Amino acid sequence: MPVSIQRVSKTYNRYGTSVDALDDVSLNIPDGQFVSLVGPSGCGKSTLLSLVGGLETLSRGQISRTGQPAIVFQEAALFPWRTVLDNVAFGLQLRGVGKRERRDRAASALRMVHLARFAEAYPYELSGGMRQRAAIARALVLDPTVLLMDEPFGALDAQTRALLQDELLSVWERTRKTVLFVTHSLDEALILSDRVVLFSARPGRIVADVAVEAPRPRDTADPPLAALQRHLRDLLAAEVEKVARAEMDADWEGAAVTAPSPEQNVGADI
Amino acid sequence: MAESISRISTAANREQAQSETEAGVLRRSQRRAWGGRLLFFSSLLALWWGLAASGVWSASLLPSPAAVAASLAEIGASGLLLPAIATSAQRMMIGYVISLAVGTMLGLALAQVRAVDETLGPVVTGLQSLPSISWLPPALLWFGAGEAAVLFVIVMGAVWSIAQAVRSGVRSLPPLTLRAAQMLGAHGPRLWWHVLLPATLPTFLTGMRLGWAFAWRALMAGELLSRSLRPGVGRLLSQGRDTQDMAMMLAVIVVILAFGLAVDRLLFLPLERVVARRWGVEGA
Repeated sequence: MPVSIQRVSKTYNRYGTSVDALDDVSLNIPDGQFVSLVGPSGCGKSTLLSLVGGLETLSRGQISRTGQPAIVFQEAALFPWRTVLDNVAFGLQLRGVGKRERRDRAASALRMVHLARFAEAYPYELSGGMRQRAAIARALVLDPTVLLMDEPFGALDAQTRALLQDELLSVWERTRKTVLFVTHSLDEALILSDRVVLFSARPGRIVADVAVEAPRPRDTADPPLAALQRHLRDLLAAEVEKVARAEMDADWEGAAVTAPSPEQNVGADI
Repeated sequence: MAESISRISTAANREQAQSETEAGVLRRSQRRAWGGRLLFFSSLLALWWGLAASGVWSASLLPSPAAVAASLAEIGASGLLLPAIATSAQRMMIGYVISLAVGTMLGLALAQVRAVDETLGPVVTGLQSLPSISWLPPALLWFGAGEAAVLFVIVMGAVWSIAQAVRSGVRSLPPLTLRAAQMLGAHGPRLWWHVLLPATLPTFLTGMRLGWAFAWRALMAGELLSRSLRPGVGRLLSQGRDTQDMAMMLAVIVVILAFGLAVDRLLFLPLERVVARRWGVEGA
């Protein structure tokens, strides 16, 4: 198992009050699987990703993983003073890879995301989608066993997002990395992943863990997928309502959340 | 097919035409700025000339622009001016390099280590408001009446604004930049060198510019006050005072201004332009 999460809990202490972000989460992810983590905002799905990535320390439990995972964040977070190629090569530079080799490897990572033409451009010259592709190349070049993606397309417009989803799938089909993909969009999770893990409202627990077996490319309107989507959407809506109830006044009637929207952005940050 | 090609080419023409007009507008506005400047400074000069010629003040208090220019030519020809400029510039270089090194380290420490910020932070803010020439008397006793004392005064002038700029630059970095750096494996000195310093460059440059101005003022005051030093530009000013030569004093002031302006325009401004362009897009 490239990623094995055993009974993990995470509690934050801020200004004297403690907040439980994750409660007793266990998850085993086999090699090459594309797993999406979905849940209402604040459910700890991003926290889990940070824990797997080693950017935060866990409170209880155990995480084992093969190698150092690479992460793609919601924003590209490229370094503006470096060209696209040098941004992608930076991780290799820190690992002591020689100049020629790291440039070659960075260039081939850029080719994988179809950004080779912009290798010598600076980040300010790129669109949001291009920057995010550069960020994916920056992660891929390290050749990690595990790729962690934290709502990587969340800040993009719908067309660009669809384009990047296709591109991500083709990269994944070629490299067969193990992918942990956090998203608040159920549609996105269903289109991309082998498996969708649904989290409860805070503290995050696993509510559902379902395999998605439909062949790719997928359309969420196909009957089996649509049925799965309805099932998960109801579960998710119940969790979102819990979050809303905690945030709203006591006189709130509730339940309006279950109304289906074309893009299931339940749990999006408001 | 042919139609679509022609449409594309008209679009390209239009774009080209538009960029030409943009360049034209830019050139015109620059020309206008220079025209305005020329007009402003020549009227200022004319005013000065008129006042000096009016005889309201004696020539020993308000010499004419011509007398100042003549004096400038005279100290230039006497072989005093160039060595003095060289001496002052050399002191600035040494003092400024030391300030950069110390200020950068201090700024990074303030930004990254809470204990340092809580203890040294207010000290830095306080010292920044202290005119650094105040350090000259103690420095003369500590280091003797030599180069070390005046370097100390320069460093005390420049180091605080540089440190403050580095501190606030690092503090205001987007958290995601740091997480990305951490994810890629940048830690310790390599995080500082490869990420924190370049990321804060825009703020850093502002601090460097400010530090330079403070250091230059401090040096001029130091050279003016301390007679035991090898003569720099500030010393020429005090020579002017000794001989009651107003034209020379004004000529030296012009030199001091011109030097400061030249460094700003030739060094800092081009640097800032490059950085602003490249770092321009926030959160790239």
